[in-house]
Amino acid sequence: MMEKEYFISSYCHIRNNTISLNGTTLYQEQHPDFKSLAKSAYRYFKTDYSKFFKMDNLSKLGFLAADILLKNEGILPENEENIAIVLSNRASSLDTDRKHWESIRNPDTYYPSPAIFVYTLPNICIGEISIRHKLYSENSFFIFDEFNPSHLFSYANGLLDMQKAEKVLCGWVDFDGPDYEAFLYLVNKKGAIEHSIEEITRLF
Amino acid sequence: MSKVYVSHNTIVSSLGYDSLSVVQKIKDGRSGLQTISDIKLLDQPICASIVDTRKLPNIAKEPNLEEKYTRLEQMLLVSLGNVIQASQIELTDRVGLIISTTKGNIDVLDHDSPFPRERAYLAELGKVLKDFFGFKTSPIVLSNACVSGLLAIAAAKKLIAQDCFDHVFITGGDLVSKFTLSGFNAFQALSAEPCRPYDKNRSGINIGEVSASALITKDNTNLAKESVVILGDASCNDANHISGPSRTGEGLYRSVKLALKEAKSKPEGVDFISAHGTATLFNDEMEAIAFNRLNLQNTPLNSLKGFFGHTLGASGLLETIVGMHSLHQNTLFASQGFEEIGVSQPINVIKKTEPKPMDTFLKTSSGFGGSNTAIVFKKVSE
Amino acid sequence: MEALKEELKSKIIEQLNLEDVSVDEIADDDPLFGDGLGLDSIDALELIVMLDKDYGIKLADPKEGKKIFESVGTMADYITQHKTK
Repeated sequence: MMEKEYFISSYCHIRNNTISLNGTTLYQEQHPDFKSLAKSAYRYFKTDYSKFFKMDNLSKLGFLAADILLKNEGILPENEENIAIVLSNRASSLDTDRKHWESIRNPDTYYPSPAIFVYTLPNICIGEISIRHKLYSENSFFIFDEFNPSHLFSYANGLLDMQKAEKVLCGWVDFDGPDYEAFLYLVNKKGAIEHSIEEITRLF
Repeated sequence: MSKVYVSHNTIVSSLGYDSLSVVQKIKDGRSGLQTISDIKLLDQPICASIVDTRKLPNIAKEPNLEEKYTRLEQMLLVSLGNVIQASQIELTDRVGLIISTTKGNIDVLDHDSPFPRERAYLAELGKVLKDFFGFKTSPIVLSNACVSGLLAIAAAKKLIAQDCFDHVFITGGDLVSKFTLSGFNAFQALSAEPCRPYDKNRSGINIGEVSASALITKDNTNLAKESVVILGDASCNDANHISGPSRTGEGLYRSVKLALKEAKSKPEGVDFISAHGTATLFNDEMEAIAFNRLNLQNTPLNSLKGFFGHTLGASGLLETIVGMHSLHQNTLFASQGFEEIGVSQPINVIKKTEPKPMDTFLKTSSGFGGSNTAIVFKKVSE
Repeated sequence: MEALKEELKSKIIEQLNLEDVSVDEIADDDPLFGDGLGLDSIDALELIVMLDKDYGIKLADPKEGKKIFESVGTMADYITQHKTK
């Protein structure tokens, strides 16, 4: 097995009405809920992607964080870079699962919506990021009861060591009722921060 | 890198509660699909394969199993328990557990469910299995739509290569539930008849439930006789649409190409393909296009959905296990429900179960979110 | 009929989350799919649910949708002829 050294070249947080990149706050504004925050941040960052508004909360959260981070890295869709995506969370797609369940619970108001049902899988969030940035790459969505830096560390190293990806977009994207939290980071062959369990834990 | 094997395995399904009895039914051409009218599932009759959990062999030897564990958990306990027992592996900190599922215990959202709503969290499902068997490591839940089962094998291989584990047990399962059926019905994707992958008269999918478990290991002692070595794997996203398959089969094409490359294998080195074949118009067409682009159009191919329906998060693992037995028994299994080609590009769908000396097979899965996974497996030569 | 068309336009915008589109930007004969509003296959399925939920119309064959959902105008015609609620 090849033992190489990898780095974290950028990281992004979205939580508590705040969006930050590499530890610097880019956007902060009080909003009653995530939906309103997402809409406002979408405009602030000139995201220009109308399909954004069709996404569920989990996808919006992951998509926004990925968009800010990858733009900062100068990643362009036309370059078709081999960037794998490895995401994780606690609540899977339960926020949307509950919405779908509500639509079918009562026989008198039984109208399941295809546009909601399609988001009852957590990896749809990865699909949305892949479509936007034209990433034809490896993708996996893992569920843990809490943030698991050692798993993300090993899995990203596995993808890079086996040359299945050039870079890996990793992190935690969780949406559950009123609570939301995104932490994404890019594992790269160059960068300022060492890719280690300690550093991932520290940045989280 | 040392070799990684898929070894001991169990299938718990409507066709039986262990791999050998299930595979025998497949050889006999017996499908586990049946018409079910149950208003609690859907307001119209469905065609599905359902596990009768009341008849599950109680290997757990626990009283009141059905009061403590959900239907899905019971299925997983039985299949995973069998594999752990057969492997004779002690559950140390070098042994991992991966659970592949799309929806887990989603049925507990129902207010009639005797189980707490919290059981719907997938990590809870992991905890139940960990505690029951006494795993020493954190369970890893992989939820990546319909490629989960196959991707779990590739994930286990990566984690073994990274020296996180020596052995990884994978268990996969999803239920036939009101939740899932209502959604696929809203997608106009359900067929009321047994599904017919690649056939001219195909009219959509059936949902099925199984629990499948297998041991992934780097240790070549005490391997099951049907074991295979993982030669190459790859997963590529379509980067095209979150539910519709790519019209060009791009992600599947890239996945198979890269898996063959890692396997150092050529298309002609593949003895058969265990494909995804859901029997929707677009999926089957997409696969035919991808296999033609890969020059695999003459390779014998089947879909097992005509036996089990689409078993979602378990399907890739289930179909890999059946593929392993197919290799070991040197027998091509007919693609249930297929009569006349109904895709625009030629593919060689297996019409008749028949003997053929074989070494290598390719398993592919595709799913929502644009995901695709391909793995090349080879017989273990003694 | 005019009222129905206006109603459909606002419903389409709301149900399909067309954030950057307003009612007066949709002409009665603008194509909904393809180059028009750029709706996709999931939107088409969502429109089928809308017909059922709001107008009591169940499409026996989803392929029928292609003609019905050509434009707001064709939708309004179909609904006027077939609605049950």
